[in-house]
This record gives sequence, C-alpha cells and structure tokens, in this order.
Amino acid sequence: MTTIAAPARRELALPGPVSAVIEFLRVLSRKPVGLAGLFGVVFFLALAYLAPLVVPLQDRVDVTAIYSAPSFGHPLGTDYQGRDVLNQIVYGGQDIITTAILAALFSTLIAITFGAIAATLGGRADVLILAITDVALTIPQLVLLIVIAAIFRPTSFISLAIILALLQWPALLRQIRAQVLSLKERDFVEAARSLDLGLLHIVFREMLPNMRSYIAINFIIAMTYAIYAQAAIMFLGLVPLSGKSWAIMLYFAYNQGALFFKDSFFYLMGPIMAIALFQLSLVWLASGLEDVFNPRLRS
Amino acid sequence: MATMTPADATLQVRTFRRSPLSRARGHVGALWRRPLTQAIAKAVLTIYVTSTITFFLIRLMPGSPVELKIDELMQNGQMSYADAAAAASGLFDIDLNAPVGQQYLEYLANLARADLGNSFLSQGTSVTSIVLAVLPWTLFAVGTGLLLSFVSGIGLGLVAAYRRNSPLDHVVSTAGSVISSVPAYLIALLILLIFGIQLRWLPITQMRGAFSPGMTPGFSPAFIGDLFFHAALPISVFFLTHIGLWILSMRSATLAALEEDHVTVARARGLSDGRITTAYVGRNAVLPLVSQFAIAAGAVVGGAVIIEQIFVYQGVGLRLVKAVDQRDYPVMQGIILMTTVAVIVANLVADLLYSRLDPRIGRAGGASGT
Repeated sequence: MTTIAAPARRELALPGPVSAVIEFLRVLSRKPVGLAGLFGVVFFLALAYLAPLVVPLQDRVDVTAIYSAPSFGHPLGTDYQGRDVLNQIVYGGQDIITTAILAALFSTLIAITFGAIAATLGGRADVLILAITDVALTIPQLVLLIVIAAIFRPTSFISLAIILALLQWPALLRQIRAQVLSLKERDFVEAARSLDLGLLHIVFREMLPNMRSYIAINFIIAMTYAIYAQAAIMFLGLVPLSGKSWAIMLYFAYNQGALFFKDSFFYLMGPIMAIALFQLSLVWLASGLEDVFNPRLRS
Repeated sequence: MATMTPADATLQVRTFRRSPLSRARGHVGALWRRPLTQAIAKAVLTIYVTSTITFFLIRLMPGSPVELKIDELMQNGQMSYADAAAAASGLFDIDLNAPVGQQYLEYLANLARADLGNSFLSQGTSVTSIVLAVLPWTLFAVGTGLLLSFVSGIGLGLVAAYRRNSPLDHVVSTAGSVISSVPAYLIALLILLIFGIQLRWLPITQMRGAFSPGMTPGFSPAFIGDLFFHAALPISVFFLTHIGLWILSMRSATLAALEEDHVTVARARGLSDGRITTAYVGRNAVLPLVSQFAIAAGAVVGGAVIIEQIFVYQGVGLRLVKAVDQRDYPVMQGIILMTTVAVIVANLVADLLYSRLDPRIGRAGGASGT
C-alpha cells in the first residue's frame, strides 16, 4: 500500500507522463482550494520569470504623477517618484522567489540527509541529531536571523538563501525523520536490507522515491518560510537594498510615506498583495497536494 | 556450567553482584528517565548552545565588533590603539589579549552570574537591565494574543469538526487557512493602513508605546486599561495570525478523536453529549496542540520584532532593531539569549501541562511522543 495516488489509466492510451498529469489535475480539481493554489503559483511564476521578458522596464522618474490612483496608464498607481507600481511588481518577483526556492532547496537537502541518517542509524547518532534539532527549534529564528543579517549583511541572493536555509531546517528534519522511521519497518525496505544493498541504496533508491510527495509538500512550505523571513529582514532594512524585489518595494513604500500620505495606499497595497497572495497560493497548493497524495484524507 | 552464554553471565552479574555503584547508577538512571529532568537538561543545553553561538558570532567573525569599536574609538575619540583597545574591551567586559578559550570561559562565568556586559551606547547600563525593561511588554502582548487565539481557535475548531462539511465549517476552515498563510507583518500593515490611515478609526499615534506618558505604573484599573489600549494592536495581530493554526489543527485532531472506538463506546453507554465532547473527544484532541503551542510561542516572540516596529510598541523587538541600527552588539546578544530563555520557559510549562493532561506521560518509561 503506497501513498502514490495516480494509477496509470491505460484505456486512454496516452503516454505515461501526460496521463499522470491529467490524473493529477483531475484529483486536484476535486478540491477548489488546491486548484486555486496551483493557478496562483503558476500565475506568479509566470509574472516573475516570463513577464519581464515582454514588459519593458519603466523606471523613469515622473514628478507630475506621484502617488496617483490606479488608472489605465498605471493599473496599480504610481510610487513616491511617479514610477509605475505594476511594472515594479513584474520586475520584483524574480529575486524573492529565486531566493525562496534556493533556501527551500538547501534546507530540504540538510533535512533529508540528517533526518535519514538519524532515523536509519538510530542510537547515539539519532539522539545527537535530535538534540541539535531541538536546540535549533527553540532559539527564536527571526531574532537570530536579524542579528546574523545585521552582522554579515548578505548581498547576493545565494548567501541570503544559505543563511535562511541554515535557520529553517529543524522542523523539516523532524518530519523527514518520522517519515523514514515509519518506512524503515516496511517490507520492501526489509527486503532491500536482507539483500544487503547498502545504506545509501536503501535511503536514496528505496525510501526517497516513496517520500517524493511528502518532500514536495514540505519544499513548498519551506518556500513560504523563506519568503516570510526574507521579506521581514528586508522590510526592516537590514540587508543592502539593491535590485528589485517585492520586499524592497515594501520597505520603500512604508518608509516613503505610509504614515504621512493618504495617497500612498495603492503603492503600499501592491507589494503587500503580491507577497500575501503568493504565500496563500503556495499554502493552498501544498494543502491540495496533501489531498492528492494522501487518499485517506479525501472524503 | 562450562557452556555459559554471555547473556547468562550478565544475568548472573545483575542478580548477584549489585554493588553500591551500580545501585547509584540505577537511581541516576531513574531520575534521568523522568520527563521533568530531561526537560530541564534540554533547557540548560539550549541556553548553553545559544550563548556559545552568540559568543562566536560576535567575537570570532572577520572584522569583529570589537575591532569595529576600536576603529571607531580611534577615529572619533582620537585615541591610540592601546587606549582604544582597552576601552573597547572594557565595554565588552573581556580581555582581548587572552586566548579565545579563556575569553569564552570568562564569558560563560559572567553568564552564570546573569551578567551580560554593558551596553555600548548607554554606558554603565547593564544589558540585563535593558532587556528586562522591555521583555515584559513583549511577553504580555504575545502571551495575551496567543492565549486568546488558542482558546477561541480550539472552540471554533471543535465546532467545525462536529459540523463537518456544513457551511459554518467551510467558512471557518477557509478563513483560518487564508489568515494563517498571510505573514503577520502584512496583516499589521493592513490594519495600520486601512483602519489607521484610510478610515482613521484608530488613533494609531496615541496607541504607540507600552503605556501613555504620565501614567503611574501600578495595579489601578486605569493603568491596566491603558496597558490594553496600547497593546491592543499587537495583541490583535498575534490573535489573528494564530487563530487559523488552532482552528485547523483542532479540527483535524477532533475528527481523528471522533473516530476512536472509546468515543463510540461512550455513546453506546448513553453518556451525555457534553461529557463526551469535553472528556472523551476534546481532551484527547487538545493534547497534541499543547506541544504545538510551545513551538508557536518561539515563532511569535521572533515575529513580534516586526509587529512592534510597525506599531511602535516598546518591546524586545523595537529594542532589538534599535540595537542593530546602533551596532550595539552586547544588547543584541542579550536579546537573543533572553528571548530564548523566555521560549524555553514556555516549553517547560507546556511539558508540565502536557504530563498533567496525559496520565501516560507522567510515569517514567511511559509513552513518549516523537
């Protein structure tokens, strides 16, 4: 009894991957929340990575159009220098999403490696890794992140992603460990062990493929943490504010007038809504995937 | 008995030779297996590791804050390097020429006396007093918001689970999932923007700070009312951002508990619905949420940093950002440590509460959650 929920529908006579995708969408569409999440994520990814290829960058300062309300020329209004907000939203997604993907990737790698080691070796290694994880879980992460960011001032998104990953692996590790512990007792793992296939083979060839769905869901959740933490330290102005990102927009929008100008409402709403809706899409996609991969939850 | 297996041998040793040493070891072992002992050991370990991390962050990184301070003193104060180094090490309360190991030991010794050094900027003020002056406000706001959200979230989650797939369930679950996925600081900004600036319903500038100037702290109704007036916005943000988590967790925990056989048996025995809900379903469903509460406490204390910044509430977060702006490293170090201690205490309370609620946990060797 595996948790993979996509039986091959041979009567359609479609190539495997295509029918799998169709089946996936069919199951996902049973729950509107999951489908809405998928559309949201696809929309924001297209906005961040494809739209800048077609939409020309407009960063011309226009003092006659400061804080203008949404109009045909500026669908989301303009900022404190009269620049188009929608244009900044289009160009501001790439950095924040790339950082989030990298941070999720690094933290998932750490969590899988050490979670699998802890669960398969057991004994002292397990106790040690769990103790480190518990300690890391207890330290208020954002407080530590703020101090680390203030000291190291990460400039590239790779270094920022590494710092984020080093702080957010513990929760994931505990879940991977629990998952591996339950897989360890399954018959196919017993079989692999009796065939003496080696630890690496058992973890990477036997267990990981059975945890794919689980890892995918946790990867998405890790992305939401990374966006949350990254936007937080950028909002506080703790990292050098170069380049374009929704979080940097938020910083400028807030510091250039949130409290003084009633007109800056739409300028602030731009990045707030971009970050909030992207987060919501990710969470909804994750909960939709949970329903797809875990048939017991469907009802 | 020529063919004695090793297992027999150990059995014999265990039965016949029980030395005082092994008996002492047995007592220590029994003490160690007690959940409270383990929780306290974990707490001490966490404080030790956190203080070590902050020590190495501040002392050993390239271009350490001590060096930065020396440079600053040499440039601004026209001091010689030796004078500046002496002044800087006085500020950090460490001997810069000592080997790192010795510095580390002295730091730990100071820490054991709750001495976290002095602030860089307000000289002569100890870090401990600075942090203790702001920490209660944060704990007050975070604690109130979290408890309110916990209680109401559990109630709503229980109702949603009982009325599964009713319109009420859909509304409550969807609202919960939407509000818990939006970052807390964005909700804070939205409250500020919409109710404070656009509609002008909230006097946001008067609500800043921990209490109004001119109020004398004390247990008078006026002062307590004033405290809640100033903390109202942070409390509502902590409430809003966590209620979704409790609703969703309680809903799924209740659904799982309702499936249990003992609930069916209780129904068959003709127990009243109220008794089944509280004693058989609710109690079991709440259990896992108690440990989740402790984890949430840590995340909220961290998240409070930005919320306090947005509402200008005089808590740890506002002080931390000020310390970061001023490069006041001892204060930063102190804030990391003290907030960690606050979270550890919350964890300990949750552990104790857990063993009270779940009789299986109270005994050594009982079921332990992973």
